[in-house]
Amino acid sequence: MSRRQSYDGVVLAAPVTVPYVRYSTETAHWWIARALRETLRTADLAPQDLDGFSVASFTLFPDTPVGLTQHLGLSPRWLDSIPMGGASGVVALRRAARAVQAGDADIVACVAGDANHIDSFRRLLSSFSRFAMDAGYPYGFGGPNANFALLTDRYMQEYGATREDFGRICVAQRANALRNPNALMKKPLTLDQYLAARPIADPIALFDCVMPCAGSEAFLVMREDEAVRRSLPFARIRSTIERHNAHGGDPIQLRGGWTVDIDEFWDMAACGPDDIDLLQTYDDYPVISAMQIEDLGFCEKGAARDFIRAHDLTIDGDFPHNTSGGQLSAGQAGAAGGFIGLVEALRQVTGTAGPTQVPMARRAAVAGFGMINYDRGLCSAAAIIEGEGP
Amino acid sequence: MTDPLIPPPKKDPLKRSLSPTQPPAVRSRAALGLTAAAAEGRFALQTCVDCGTVQYPPRDACCSCLSTDLPWRDTDPSGTLLAETTVRTSVNPYFRERTPWRMGSVHLDAGPVVICHVHGDVTPRARVRLRLMLDRAGQGVMIALPPERTDHMSDDPELRAMSSDPRLRRILITDARHPFAPTLARALLDAGATAIFAGEPETWLPNPNRAALADLGADLLPLDVTDTKSVERLAGEIGGKTDILINTARFLRPGGVLARGGTAVARDEMEVNYLGLMRLAQAFGPAMCSRTADGTNSAVAWVNLLSVHAIVNEPAYGCYNASQAAAYGLSQSLRAEFRTAGLRVMNVFSGPMEEDWYQPLPPPKVTAQALARSVVSGLQDGLEDVWCGDVAHDFRDRFRQNPKVLEIELAQEGGA
Repeated sequence: MSRRQSYDGVVLAAPVTVPYVRYSTETAHWWIARALRETLRTADLAPQDLDGFSVASFTLFPDTPVGLTQHLGLSPRWLDSIPMGGASGVVALRRAARAVQAGDADIVACVAGDANHIDSFRRLLSSFSRFAMDAGYPYGFGGPNANFALLTDRYMQEYGATREDFGRICVAQRANALRNPNALMKKPLTLDQYLAARPIADPIALFDCVMPCAGSEAFLVMREDEAVRRSLPFARIRSTIERHNAHGGDPIQLRGGWTVDIDEFWDMAACGPDDIDLLQTYDDYPVISAMQIEDLGFCEKGAARDFIRAHDLTIDGDFPHNTSGGQLSAGQAGAAGGFIGLVEALRQVTGTAGPTQVPMARRAAVAGFGMINYDRGLCSAAAIIEGEGP
Repeated sequence: MTDPLIPPPKKDPLKRSLSPTQPPAVRSRAALGLTAAAAEGRFALQTCVDCGTVQYPPRDACCSCLSTDLPWRDTDPSGTLLAETTVRTSVNPYFRERTPWRMGSVHLDAGPVVICHVHGDVTPRARVRLRLMLDRAGQGVMIALPPERTDHMSDDPELRAMSSDPRLRRILITDARHPFAPTLARALLDAGATAIFAGEPETWLPNPNRAALADLGADLLPLDVTDTKSVERLAGEIGGKTDILINTARFLRPGGVLARGGTAVARDEMEVNYLGLMRLAQAFGPAMCSRTADGTNSAVAWVNLLSVHAIVNEPAYGCYNASQAAAYGLSQSLRAEFRTAGLRVMNVFSGPMEEDWYQPLPPPKVTAQALARSVVSGLQDGLEDVWCGDVAHDFRDRFRQNPKVLEIELAQEGGA
């Protein structure tokens, strides 16, 4: 049994995705406001009545979430900033849940959003981290593509995975995206097209890469009785983990921090991988999804390639994965990329996913991964949430 | 194997030259230690004084014990290539123009993992040795090389982008009368330079080097660095095809302040050694800066030959050394001014040379061959600071131990 206190009595509700746009002239403030307004509207809550606010964004500069409170007319008694990129959704959730559980806040709105102007991506990369500035980008300036090319190259050598294996992940996600009207990618993708795509940073090719875009995501964390009172479909939190800079001695990243906390992850949820109805991984590149499938215990280390070959990862398949199309096919809206899986999972287990709804989706695992500080992603996180399903 | 460079065709004057762009140039203060080591061709990384852990990327505190005492120490550059990629698309204009660009991840025997440039002759997942070099932003970067030399190794496009290699380049030696000019010209030609221009002041006077330089095929052209018009005239003629400029012009006489009995000689020293450099830089600098991305024979380096006593004076040649100090100061300003263009300023510091004006001094003295070797290898390695000969090395080490002690020692030697 886990020694950690459970999240009993706390739920998440009111999932919102503001449809992504490839390039937008709007600011992060605008995108965050859109998502916040929608999630509050769903719960019939006035902005002035919100007492907890959690923000994840890369493009608020020179503002912080503090400035955002005045900008948006909020007066929270609990305020959080989650600078954790792809892990920000799960991390925002677990912090907000404890605040609500302790009574430090009644309702926390967790919002992630980022702008994407022409040239924003280059500017964001240039000042991403000190190690990247000193020791990453001077070497070809391939950005995250080059970092993940190195990890993918090594992963393929080590475990015998092939581009076809990664292609299966991408092709399945594209099929899922075609059912999500808000996904940026609208055309079907075949494995042949995937394999024939323009090389970006070998062995990474075009369809291994996400498309940077603007967008925002949000959800609310509150007590269960509050959700019932407001007639909101909700999900309970069964388990969460978070870990940073794990396995620092590994010369190259072939596993993430999930492996450190995996036993506790399943102990706390009192279930195992077989009890999961759908999985949302952080998919900035397919190799990372493969790593999460392994490190979360869905298969042995190095066996993701066999797992992917043996399962159908689409919405109607036997292992529904990244059901909204994920970042690979729906787009990567900066820090909102750390929310996309969690918000979609919340829709799924509350039976509100509409065209991407997985039948019988009650229990979802969501993983986050973020922040390529130098040569690897430093943040990892995961959660299991459970709802009544469709 | 690296494909040997082919001599570029004659330039089409109607075609636009590529504008110089830079790789990422911003670094943290700690990371500048890497640049400082690269500037003189050392391979150094931070090493924790308390626990011995070698650090990379550069840090402000040890990643093993949190000590903040992390001096830069020479480190074993061997390691193993863990993974690699070829970047085929970049949002950075410098690399965008130079793709495909091979880079990789190397696990150093000394401990850390380094993301680095990868030479074309490195075998996948093989042993490598890293070299620390300056890139065109003037910042220290690492490149993985094969453990042994390979054919045409220096022609690799990534290595060439970081070096100032004289191969297939056109070089101006500003004073053909410098006693070492013929030896220097020969060494540069042996290293693959395609043309040597040699500036000749006072062409009506006999020049003992004229025959030797002409035999080597050097182009002797009138150039008097004390005459602005003369410098401008030559720059107008060859400024657009000078890829490397080596300033050999100097006015050298012994003596300190009291021995001189006037300022006339000092004025000549400043005219040649300080203002001459300034005139050359004003006339040749802009054209060279505009041509740093101009293909195989792009403009690449500016070389100053300086007395090591430019840094701390040696009073027996006190006034001359003062003019050298002025030139050294100017070279630092030039380095900053050339920086955005990626034109490298290389200072070659030497002690007394084997020549008439240093005749009374005891050995060791720098020979023409030694100086030529230092210039050529410094260019090939893309250095900024080159220490030529035993006196210069000894001076450098003493300077780094304690500059004030060195000043006192030099004063005692000069006064003795």
